[in-house]
Amino acid sequence: MMTNPGNRVTQGQFSFLPDLTDQQISAQIKYALKNGWAVSVEYTDDPHPRNTYWEMFGNPMFDLKDPAGILLEINNCRKTFPSHYIRVTAFNSTRGVESPTMSYIVNRPKNEPGFGLVRQEGEGRNIRYTVHSYATDKPEGERY
Amino acid sequence: MSDIGNSNLNDTDETRVDLEAELKASNIQEILDQLDRELIGLKPVKTRIREVAALLLVDRLRKKFELSSETPTLHMSFTGNPGTGKTTVAMRMGEILKRLGYVREGHLVTVTRDDLVGQYIGHTAPKTKEVIKKAMGGVLFIDEAYYLYKPENERDYGAESIEILLQIMENNRDDLVVILAGYKDKMDKFFMSNPGMRSRIAHHVDFPDYSAEELLHIAKLMLARQNYRFSEAAEKAFSDYLPLRMKLPHFANARSVRNALDRARLRQANRLFADAKKKLSKFDLITIEAEDVLASRVFTEGSLDADAENA
Repeated sequence: MMTNPGNRVTQGQFSFLPDLTDQQISAQIKYALKNGWAVSVEYTDDPHPRNTYWEMFGNPMFDLKDPAGILLEINNCRKTFPSHYIRVTAFNSTRGVESPTMSYIVNRPKNEPGFGLVRQEGEGRNIRYTVHSYATDKPEGERY
Repeated sequence: MSDIGNSNLNDTDETRVDLEAELKASNIQEILDQLDRELIGLKPVKTRIREVAALLLVDRLRKKFELSSETPTLHMSFTGNPGTGKTTVAMRMGEILKRLGYVREGHLVTVTRDDLVGQYIGHTAPKTKEVIKKAMGGVLFIDEAYYLYKPENERDYGAESIEILLQIMENNRDDLVVILAGYKDKMDKFFMSNPGMRSRIAHHVDFPDYSAEELLHIAKLMLARQNYRFSEAAEKAFSDYLPLRMKLPHFANARSVRNALDRARLRQANRLFADAKKKLSKFDLITIEAEDVLASRVFTEGSLDADAENA
């Protein structure tokens, strides 16, 4: 049974919704800026859910007042990596928090092949399960 | 009308909009009045700001009739001698443009060459872009802009910075207003060697020097803001001081006035200390007497006070 038609990767915020428009992205960035969080753009082509450390596209952007600058950077990243996953992360540097507080995907490949279930036979009659992204069968940079 | 082929140009449209109501809604009159009150002189500057405000307001009305027109470019260049109020006006500009709905945030980011140009190859572009991103939604104020371009050194990275600026000024007109500032002659030279820059800047505003009378007015405003005031004799002394000071080198208009006032405050404090036995009233604390002004070396030796004004 296909529970996730299109095999869309669902991680971070808004990932069960249709893709955000630029206007919606701006509104979300604006919210982050209003709270004083540093926004950064990251990309990857390994969709595995445990792949938390994505490549950074440029430095995190501090002290911005308006989302236009970040949208510019997002569009630059889209141009450079048109078929990678791109996400926007907002980092809260308040002492004691110091962790990303928002993270959502703003660009994804046209075709996402999805994940296969891998079974491994362990000791006795144990079976270990894991997921495997079909995309990662190919080397980095050629996946999508 | 059919030969024009644009139904929007049909001037028989009976809808009326109220210019006055629109003016009130934008609060722009209030800020223009404030400008008149707090900025002395500067006739051409105020006229230009009024014109820009009018243009943006009319543009907004036109939008109501769905008369599309391109967003006007509002990049400006402020030229004038030191201390003529370029930065002050730029700061106000952000506020004005925000009220008119031209920029979203209205904050002012002040930069000089150091903030834009890098020190090695590949350093300039990210640096310039970072500054631009910070200024987006507001006003980017580039002070002493002519330093960006150094024709005598062809390996200078300033040109790269200018190129990026030009591109942003053209493509992100809605996001950012760039204001360049500098001395008149040097800015003229700068524009001469960067014709692209010149043509992308719609408003060239020249800041005139202040007259002695205007400077006295400014001095009084400055004092009032710091809860001081001149005694009658001190005001007379200061109006004598101004023409003398204006003749000396390194005269920087309002900035020199501010420095002179700072020194007068210093002398006032000293004077109060000198006869410390006396009980001071509030009147003593806020009043600057003639002797505080007259002690300036400008009077006694006709030269600058030793401790300041090399800028």
